Amino acid sequence: MLSYFLRRVAIAIPTILLISIFVFALQKLLPGDPLLVLAGEERDPEVLEFLREKYRLNDPIPVQYITWVGNALQGDLGTSFRTNQPVTELIGQKLPVTIQLAVMSLIFAVLIGIPAGILSAYKKGTLTDYIANIVALSGLSIPNFWLGIMLILLVSVKWQLLPASGYVPLSEDFWLSIKTMLMPAFVLGTALAATLMRHTRSAMLGVLTSDYVRTARAKGLSERKVVLKHAFRNALTPIVTLTALLFGELIAGAVLTEQIFTIPGFGKLVVDAVFNRDYAVVQGIVLVTAVGFIIMNLLADMAYFLLNPRLRSA
Amino acid sequence: MKSLTLTTAALALMATGAMAQDLRIALQSDADILDPDQSRTFVGRIVYASLCDKLVDITPDLEIIPQLATEWTVAEDGMSIDMTVREGVVFHDGTAFNAQAVADNIERSQTLEESRRKSELSSITSVDVTGDYTLTLNLSAPDATVMAQLADRAGMMISPTAAAETGVDFGLAPVCSGPFSFGERVAQDRIVLNKFDDYWNADAINFDSVTFLPIPDTTVRLANLQSGDIHILERLAPTDLAQAEADPDINVVSAVSLGYQGVTFNTGNGEKADNPFGNDKRLRQAFSYAMDRNAINQVVFEGAYAPGNQSFPPTSPWYNTNFPIEERDVEKAKALLAEAGYPDGVDLTVQVPNTTIPLQLMQVVQSMAAEAGIRVEIVSKEFATLLADQSAGDYQASQIGWSGRVDPDGNIHQFVTTDGGINDSGFSHPDVDAALNAARTQADMEARKIEYDKARAVLIDEAPLVYLYHQSWITALDAGIEGFTPYPDGMIRLEGVSLSE
Repeated sequence: MLSYFLRRVAIAIPTILLISIFVFALQKLLPGDPLLVLAGEERDPEVLEFLREKYRLNDPIPVQYITWVGNALQGDLGTSFRTNQPVTELIGQKLPVTIQLAVMSLIFAVLIGIPAGILSAYKKGTLTDYIANIVALSGLSIPNFWLGIMLILLVSVKWQLLPASGYVPLSEDFWLSIKTMLMPAFVLGTALAATLMRHTRSAMLGVLTSDYVRTARAKGLSERKVVLKHAFRNALTPIVTLTALLFGELIAGAVLTEQIFTIPGFGKLVVDAVFNRDYAVVQGIVLVTAVGFIIMNLLADMAYFLLNPRLRSA
Repeated sequence: MKSLTLTTAALALMATGAMAQDLRIALQSDADILDPDQSRTFVGRIVYASLCDKLVDITPDLEIIPQLATEWTVAEDGMSIDMTVREGVVFHDGTAFNAQAVADNIERSQTLEESRRKSELSSITSVDVTGDYTLTLNLSAPDATVMAQLADRAGMMISPTAAAETGVDFGLAPVCSGPFSFGERVAQDRIVLNKFDDYWNADAINFDSVTFLPIPDTTVRLANLQSGDIHILERLAPTDLAQAEADPDINVVSAVSLGYQGVTFNTGNGEKADNPFGNDKRLRQAFSYAMDRNAINQVVFEGAYAPGNQSFPPTSPWYNTNFPIEERDVEKAKALLAEAGYPDGVDLTVQVPNTTIPLQLMQVVQSMAAEAGIRVEIVSKEFATLLADQSAGDYQASQIGWSGRVDPDGNIHQFVTTDGGINDSGFSHPDVDAALNAARTQADMEARKIEYDKARAVLIDEAPLVYLYHQSWITALDAGIEGFTPYPDGMIRLEGVSLSE
């Protein structure tokens, strides 16, 4: 297991390198001059030229990339053009925010998606199944931004139950932080719950018709035990894979959700950075996200070992 | 004695306890670096209005009034300005403010390599500190714009001690002398300022802290005001105006901005200027005649903005009343097209930022132009790309906007003079250059106005820029906010503003 783990980590390194080259190149391909955006309404050519030199934007692109990698290896991801803050500091500020959003959304997704999936597979073809399917389909089809704004208007403006937007750090006020994050996590979570529900349902359908489930029933086990212990455990492998893959969807969804609820997280940072051509920030975020994605996949692989005893000997 | 101090302290505590108020202001976007010498965003200036005092300020009628400078006189020959500054002012770090601090600030604005204020202060050749609180600004030539520049970022005084310590990173923890001092900043989330007890005009300040929250989505911004999470929001969208006005818990105030919005034509910026519209002013005039500026204001902006046809709004004293906003005249536009050799119509490509309002605006413009035979093709571009193409001359016509400056020079000189820094049109006309250069040196308002009127006559005829409307700064306030005055520069000034719950 350890050698497997180490092998996976080794494979991850070239992946990260490739991603960073790809993003670096893509950014340079984007039309638009970061310094013109940076200049705002006043564009003093002398100052622009000075800044171009300062941020080494006149260097050939491969040289710029190598400089970036060299600095990154020493833990320096550069500074934001826009605010002069170090990128590592920005990421340090934003990462906990998005992780909180991601974790809370995943909790929503798992709590809604998996039970709904099991139920609709177990009650296949009944009214319950249809209702669960319709709800799931709505979850997939209703755009995040619409649901978000509707919730704000209803919950915050009309009922005044939860704050309309913004973010409070967990360390500052735990419950207020959870309350503020509740709506965004729900919005992001429902979309994922739908995907999760559909996949749980199909995985469960496959397992529920298999021979050993019939045997378990024949043994006279309670339905509860058959479904949750025997069937669900075997259906769990694809569900775990999916949940890990959902992490990507989660980050993508967070971009939108954070815009709507004005949450100062990763998504908002990256969108603003792309529009401002704040190269160092985009590069830093993509790096961290890629690492996060790889870690999630690794964790999912590790989870298989825990869930499936047959793999442990392999 | 001790008990007296204690009582005073207790009273002070009670007083602050009674009004321990945090004012929450929603901004349309996040500010950039908080260094007055380096910053460039409009929202940044809103934050400065509470953080950094300037040498002079403006009234809602654009008169220049004392802030840190209490008196100033321009010399007979216009080559220098004698100034007296306020005594008893301290910066947030305790450094005393005096004439030397002014000299240091101007030097930093002129010499810091990252400074964006160089061109604004280019006419100041040196500063003579003549006393603790008196100084003389020496100018290279008479310059009527200097005092107005000192009413904005170029006139913001930062602590020379802090500036020397932090250098180019000053903006991470700015130290000024305004009513509030810097507390903390979380990028894209909030900027918190705390009341500065030693502020020279502290009695006029009724809040213990101000929190600025960037909330880009207009619907969400309004929802936050309605739910009571914020107290003031800047730039309410005209589409939300009816909803906000119908809410008894919200007051809406507005002021016509100093800026303008319109379309610029490429008349001489690179090869792309060689096109029918770049070559023939009659086509540009036809475009202008095809526009119904009142209808644009009604349709796109719910009538909340001000129609316009010049670089100054009709409410400005600098507006040339000889050229009122033209009535729409499709026949005249068609006649001009025919005269220019395009009786069957002509194509025009206009680039537009790919956001809702500019696109809506351009669609209205498109249908108006079509009736006069001008077939507008809209090319929507992401803003950074649009900007790059516009300054490189890679366009035929482009939708433009300018946030506006207190002094008229800032709205016109750099755009239409031959060597103007933002002359993306590539426009060049000797009469315009002469008039606008002369206007800079005239101290007398009447004389200046004559020069601007001269330039305007040429610009209306040549039409390198077709102005369409002037934005209004629409501010929505919690009904408990009292004493707020909207300013044409869109800034939020908190002197005398209070909040009753």
